[in-house]
Amino acid sequence: MKKEKVSILEHGLVPKHEIMGAEEIKELLDKYKIKREQLPKIKLSDPVIKEIKADAGDVVKIRRQSRTAGKALFYRLVIE
Amino acid sequence: MRTKRIKGIKFGLLSPKEIRKMSASKIITADTYGEDGFPIEMGLVNQRIGVIDPGLRCKTCGGRMGECPGHFGHIELAAPVIHIGYAKLIYKMLSATCRECGSVLLEDAYFLFSVSDTELEHDLKREIISEKWHKEFGDNGFPLSTNASITKEKNDEWTITDKELFIIRKEAGKLNVYDAGEKGRFLNDIELGKGKQPGVGEAVKRMFKEAAKHTVCSHCGDHLFDFAADARLENILNKGEDVISKELRRQFATEGHALSKNPSIKKETDNKWLITDKDKRYIVKKRNGKLTVDCGTPQRVIKFDKPSTYIEIDEKERKRRLMPSDVRERLEKIPDEDIALFGMDPKSARPEWMILTVLPVPPVTARPSITLESGQRSEDDLTHKLVDIIRINHRFMDNRAAGAPQLIIEDLWELLQYHISTYLDNEIAGIPPARHRSGRPLKTMTQRLKGKEGRFRGSLSGKRVNYSARTVISPAPDIDIDEVGVPEAIAKELTVNVNVTERNIDLLKETVRRGNEHPGANYVRRADGKKVKITETNYETLAEELDIGWKVERHLRDRDIVLFNRQPSLHRMSIMAHYVRVMPGKTFRLNPTVCPPYNADYDGDEMNLHVLQTEEARAEAKILMAVQHNIISPRFGRPIIGGIHDHVSSLFLLTYGETKFDREETLEILKGIDIDDLREPAGTFTFRSEVSGLRFEDSHLTSHISHLTPYWTGKQIFSMILPAGLNLQFQGKVGGVTIRDGNLETGVIDEIAVGSFKGKIIDRIVRQYGEEAAKKFINDLARLATNYILRAGFSFGISDEDIPREGEQQIREETMREAEHKVDELIRAYEAEELEALPGRTVEETLELRIMETLGRARDEAGSIAERYLGIENAGVLMAKSGARGSLLNLTQMAACVGQQSVRGERIKRGYRGRTLPHFKPADRSAKAHGFVRPSFKEGLSPTEYFFHAVGGREALVDTAVRTSQSGYFQRRLINALLDLEVKEDETVRETRDTIVQFKYGEDGVDPSACEYGKVVDIDEIIKDVMAGTGA
Repeated sequence: MKKEKVSILEHGLVPKHEIMGAEEIKELLDKYKIKREQLPKIKLSDPVIKEIKADAGDVVKIRRQSRTAGKALFYRLVIE
Repeated sequence: MRTKRIKGIKFGLLSPKEIRKMSASKIITADTYGEDGFPIEMGLVNQRIGVIDPGLRCKTCGGRMGECPGHFGHIELAAPVIHIGYAKLIYKMLSATCRECGSVLLEDAYFLFSVSDTELEHDLKREIISEKWHKEFGDNGFPLSTNASITKEKNDEWTITDKELFIIRKEAGKLNVYDAGEKGRFLNDIELGKGKQPGVGEAVKRMFKEAAKHTVCSHCGDHLFDFAADARLENILNKGEDVISKELRRQFATEGHALSKNPSIKKETDNKWLITDKDKRYIVKKRNGKLTVDCGTPQRVIKFDKPSTYIEIDEKERKRRLMPSDVRERLEKIPDEDIALFGMDPKSARPEWMILTVLPVPPVTARPSITLESGQRSEDDLTHKLVDIIRINHRFMDNRAAGAPQLIIEDLWELLQYHISTYLDNEIAGIPPARHRSGRPLKTMTQRLKGKEGRFRGSLSGKRVNYSARTVISPAPDIDIDEVGVPEAIAKELTVNVNVTERNIDLLKETVRRGNEHPGANYVRRADGKKVKITETNYETLAEELDIGWKVERHLRDRDIVLFNRQPSLHRMSIMAHYVRVMPGKTFRLNPTVCPPYNADYDGDEMNLHVLQTEEARAEAKILMAVQHNIISPRFGRPIIGGIHDHVSSLFLLTYGETKFDREETLEILKGIDIDDLREPAGTFTFRSEVSGLRFEDSHLTSHISHLTPYWTGKQIFSMILPAGLNLQFQGKVGGVTIRDGNLETGVIDEIAVGSFKGKIIDRIVRQYGEEAAKKFINDLARLATNYILRAGFSFGISDEDIPREGEQQIREETMREAEHKVDELIRAYEAEELEALPGRTVEETLELRIMETLGRARDEAGSIAERYLGIENAGVLMAKSGARGSLLNLTQMAACVGQQSVRGERIKRGYRGRTLPHFKPADRSAKAHGFVRPSFKEGLSPTEYFFHAVGGREALVDTAVRTSQSGYFQRRLINALLDLEVKEDETVRETRDTIVQFKYGEDGVDPSACEYGKVVDIDEIIKDVMAGTGA
């Protein structure tokens, strides 16, 4: 039997990750008055990062389902 | 501000040269003070190495006592001595190095091939493994994989890491390629291990282990000859012992190294063999497909005889002791290049420095002598030990100069070693500790640093604190929850610093005049900073002199704010701000309602108190740490302060049913509570018979009641401490509770209403009326409860669990007999193989489960039979139902049946083979043979039952012990990890460098202590509130 490869992005427990545009990143950094390096990090070797083909230096927006807040946004800087 | 980061810390050894260089004085005399009372020159208490006597000046730096930090001295040792702290490492190094050349007994790097090509060199400089290099390696028989990587080590040296490790050096215009050998590979591992876990230590450990395996040094021998290797020869070599083939013999003979009759072959490591022939040692190695033969220095086995002796055993099993001087000579021979293999840097730690030839003498300031009351001087333990060392050192030198026999010299050497070893560590296994004249073991170097009271844990991580006190705690239900009772003796010792101003000068003058009598003062500090102690002789004059700009250290007084703490300080409520109340007695007093946040009880607990010394600290404590500020726990968003034990019992009694009290009683119950006027009485007593209808009769009460006497109900009395306008409805432990407009209309007050951890009423008051109102409510509640329970009386004893004979009989003869019968039936069915297994269980498991279930049900049934005879008027039932203490299960166990004892959720089955105790037959599966305790605690347990109970009880004990230690460590790690995270103004959580950890605190930005059950708004409550306001 051939094994079918399923994209992890479709798994119910994997939150939505999307690569942010330059404009959007600037807005985010301005909002929190921070530099890029002050964002939380995510490794390039992270399975989702590999899957969405983000590069080091990209910022990803993560939409999570939260038990307390309903929907929560999180941002991470991709690093090596 | 520019911040700097510590990249690393380097530890090294002091070299003899450094020790002499840092020494301010050579120490040659064991004496301390001369007859003139001054320190002796070149003595142990020497004016060049620091001053501890007032008035003297340091001869090295010129500083006075307190200014001069002290300087090291040194003692020239007559003979080298092992540093006991390095004894084991010295042993390892001796075993790992050659006795002749000092080189580490591992294979050196060896030459493979050489090239000379500018292009190749250029590639090296760019740190690229080019095609050309691949080809070169391949051509020479060492094909590289694509994963090979190159690093530059130093000028003209590169390493290529593949499966093998190659070193390329530019030597005499040529590029020489070497195999790194064992040494190179270990060096590489050590280098890679730096700053990692397990890291250098692990690699060094492996190196020592590997090096010690070698019995011949391959470094200092000569290369003899090579010959072509083939599988057959290798096989012969591998077979080992005494099989020397003709071919091998011929090879040796042709090279002029004819072997004798029976040489032995031994395999040392992979691709390395050792041929022992009389006194010759041949090392056969397989290299580049060739077998090479070297001769080498045979090594001897070194034995470490703890604590500090090394013995060398030669081939003929003869033993020879290596004296420290021999050891030192060997260590000196270890070449600098090989020292990195020990994980050390030869510049800052040469192995021979582990053998002491000169001893640093710590400054006197590090070992001050103390003057006793008798005027006699008592020297520090270290000084005592140094005296011993110097004395023996002298004797050694004298004896040697006089040409004493070797035996005596060796004895003295041993003695010198003993003194220096105990000076460094007085708790070495195998050495009797050096003792003081009194028999007390001396506290030397290691003992100063080690353990709970040592320098690290005792003086650096934790220090003693000024303005603090500690004593046993005891309850005081009459003081406020934010107060703490302080014994007068402590109040007189702890002080508050007050600046004298024009507004308080008169008051402070009065304080100083009182001297050491309680609300007085201990010290004044004049405007020039001079501190004067207030004594019985000078208080009058000091009070007169007292002026603006002075400071007074006055006694602790009522209403001073202090911090109160009980360890372990696990959450912020473990330290709260209280107001002082000076009291007679010797214990700290606290209101029992604040026990839960501190997790305190009065079985001998001690607590700490800290007096705040600055206005800022006092303000901060008052705003952030006050008790009322901590009523709601941020941990679960409910009150952690509230009624406990008797408070709950009392209020339950007071509000249960229609309790009636006349005016006098009502006032007594409300004693100490700030209430302006009593509410309208609920009615007047009409019939005498009503009196006897009282649930908790009181003979004194009945005597003066007439039909006109007004009365108040218990619910009314409780309502008087509720804030006006409070509306609340909730489900209590025994039915619903309704409070309307500050009146308890229906329901009974229980743990859910006022208890700590639950406290619905308290919770509501905090949110609706604020902390101050809640504080008052808890104060009132505690007083009201105490007053009432004092009046009503409340007791509980063994006889309270008596149930009538018929009840007992019913339990014994019906419930229990039935259960036992059922169990027997189950066992019979099991043995007859009629028992049907539950899904996913074996038949045996099914049997156990069914038995457990049957017996569990039997116990519950027994409990409910007992319960039928014990009503709410029973104190035990009342406590369980109100939530004050205990549970119905506890009552069941006391009155009806203790029940099945278990270990890990199963019936007890451990013990002997096939049975739990010798009292039972093997393979007995009955209830009583596996820990079912039929009787109640009151009836008493049989010896076997008692034993089973202890077995089950132990599990609970072990569990709590394990849990507390583990969760304690988890908590510590969590705290250390989250220590400096902060919630900022924009609701982000950030760490010290302003890096974001969470974009919104907890994803929702909600403070759990400011909301109901983690919800931001409680819609139901709001609706209820609105309905109550508009509707009724």
